[in-house]
Amino acid sequence: MITDLPSLASAIPDGTLLAIPADYGGPSLAVTLELIRRKRRGLRLVTAPTSGLQADLLIGAGVVTEIETAGISLGEYGAAERFRAAWSAGTIAVKDSTCPALHAGFQAAEKGVPFLPLRGILGSDLLKRRPDWKVISNPLADEPDPIVLVPAIRPEVALFHAPLADRHGNVWIGMRRELATLAHASSRALVTAEELYPGNLLDDPLRAPGTLPHLYVDQVALVPGGSWPLTDPSSLALYAEAARTQSGFANLVREWLHG
Amino acid sequence: MADPRLLAALLADAVAGSRTIAVGSNSPIPAAAALLAQRRRPETTISILGSSRHNPFPDGGRELFDFAAQGRLDAFFLGGGQIDGAGNVNLLQAGGIRFPGSYGSAYLMPLVPNIVLFREEHSRRVLVPRVEFISAAGRPRRLVTGRAVFGGGEDGFVLLSAHPGETEESIRAATGFAFATAPGFGPSPTPPPEELAWLRGPIADELAQPYPRFAQILRGSHA
Repeated sequence: MITDLPSLASAIPDGTLLAIPADYGGPSLAVTLELIRRKRRGLRLVTAPTSGLQADLLIGAGVVTEIETAGISLGEYGAAERFRAAWSAGTIAVKDSTCPALHAGFQAAEKGVPFLPLRGILGSDLLKRRPDWKVISNPLADEPDPIVLVPAIRPEVALFHAPLADRHGNVWIGMRRELATLAHASSRALVTAEELYPGNLLDDPLRAPGTLPHLYVDQVALVPGGSWPLTDPSSLALYAEAARTQSGFANLVREWLHG
Repeated sequence: MADPRLLAALLADAVAGSRTIAVGSNSPIPAAAALLAQRRRPETTISILGSSRHNPFPDGGRELFDFAAQGRLDAFFLGGGQIDGAGNVNLLQAGGIRFPGSYGSAYLMPLVPNIVLFREEHSRRVLVPRVEFISAAGRPRRLVTGRAVFGGGEDGFVLLSAHPGETEESIRAATGFAFATAPGFGPSPTPPPEELAWLRGPIADELAQPYPRFAQILRGSHA
């Protein structure tokens, strides 16, 4: 249950359908960089519900062939240039979505149902790009009531970085409940944790409601600083500048991997 | 460049009276506006994506969207790579250029009563007759840009006010869609000194965590 970083990276082979959280929601950058070091190929990413540096790094390094997302951006630091370049070159397939459709897809998977209905979205051209989303007439209403159905999303692996984990494999996520949904929806959850919690997280009534139980967790590795470089504004600024070109990107990533 | 403090105040005007206001991705000026709206009306609840302090949704990322589908969310801000005269926004792509993506717009635009569109760049490149891709369709209540404020209505946008240095003619020249001019059209109101001090001080401090770069701009004395 408690393993290490190399073991986590080994559990994400080429071609994996990999779910990752938003940059503000606890991504595991340590494993991300390890996947790049190992030259993984053919990963299919699905973001919960958006991404930034993490997706841009994997795309720039040629690890990704497909991504389902509601948006990719470096926020204040600018556009995700490697994502934009890959989109322009047609080297990745992009399944464009909207945030709540991704949340609902994961929720359908955790409920074990094939789809969930969702309000809104009507009138958006996203419907034209998503033949897998269906508009039906609410079968329970007397009046016409069109509603969108989105299919369940069942990732093979959910990967994230959490503040705490205990020796039993329980992981504390606090208010980031979408990480629990992500783990429930995925076949396996792989987690890096900032710190080891000395007892059992489920025994503490204040910690338990924010805890993802070991039942859903395949492996936990203690990796202090596992969300670096997201935690360092100067590294982010450096990345945004370097990633404007593929060569600048490659140089910086080489530095991050070996420096 | 318009003063971000003026823009934040105009966006706060646009959500006046809202009990619940949410701010999404990449939205520093709307985040400042939400904080200002809360200072004007302390019982207002605000949600700022990425802020650890202003997150009233402990049940995870989906909660805001469920809250909105029930009709509980009063106001939300949306941007646009392109915005058209019908109020459609395009956050996906135009002219072979990729934008970040549609985020929650497709869903929230039809569900939130007070949708406020905001884009600092006011040009014919952004404000177009017809967007290339409809990320979200709906009825925005207001459109605020770096040059002007428009009201939204059944028949498209109505010019309400223009910022310092702009005229009805200069706005018309920079706008790619047709619009009417409100009978009371005039200069955009500037915020009172007390509010400027809030924006430079406590509001900038609160934004330093989700938007460190913008917080510095807000504190600055330029414009």
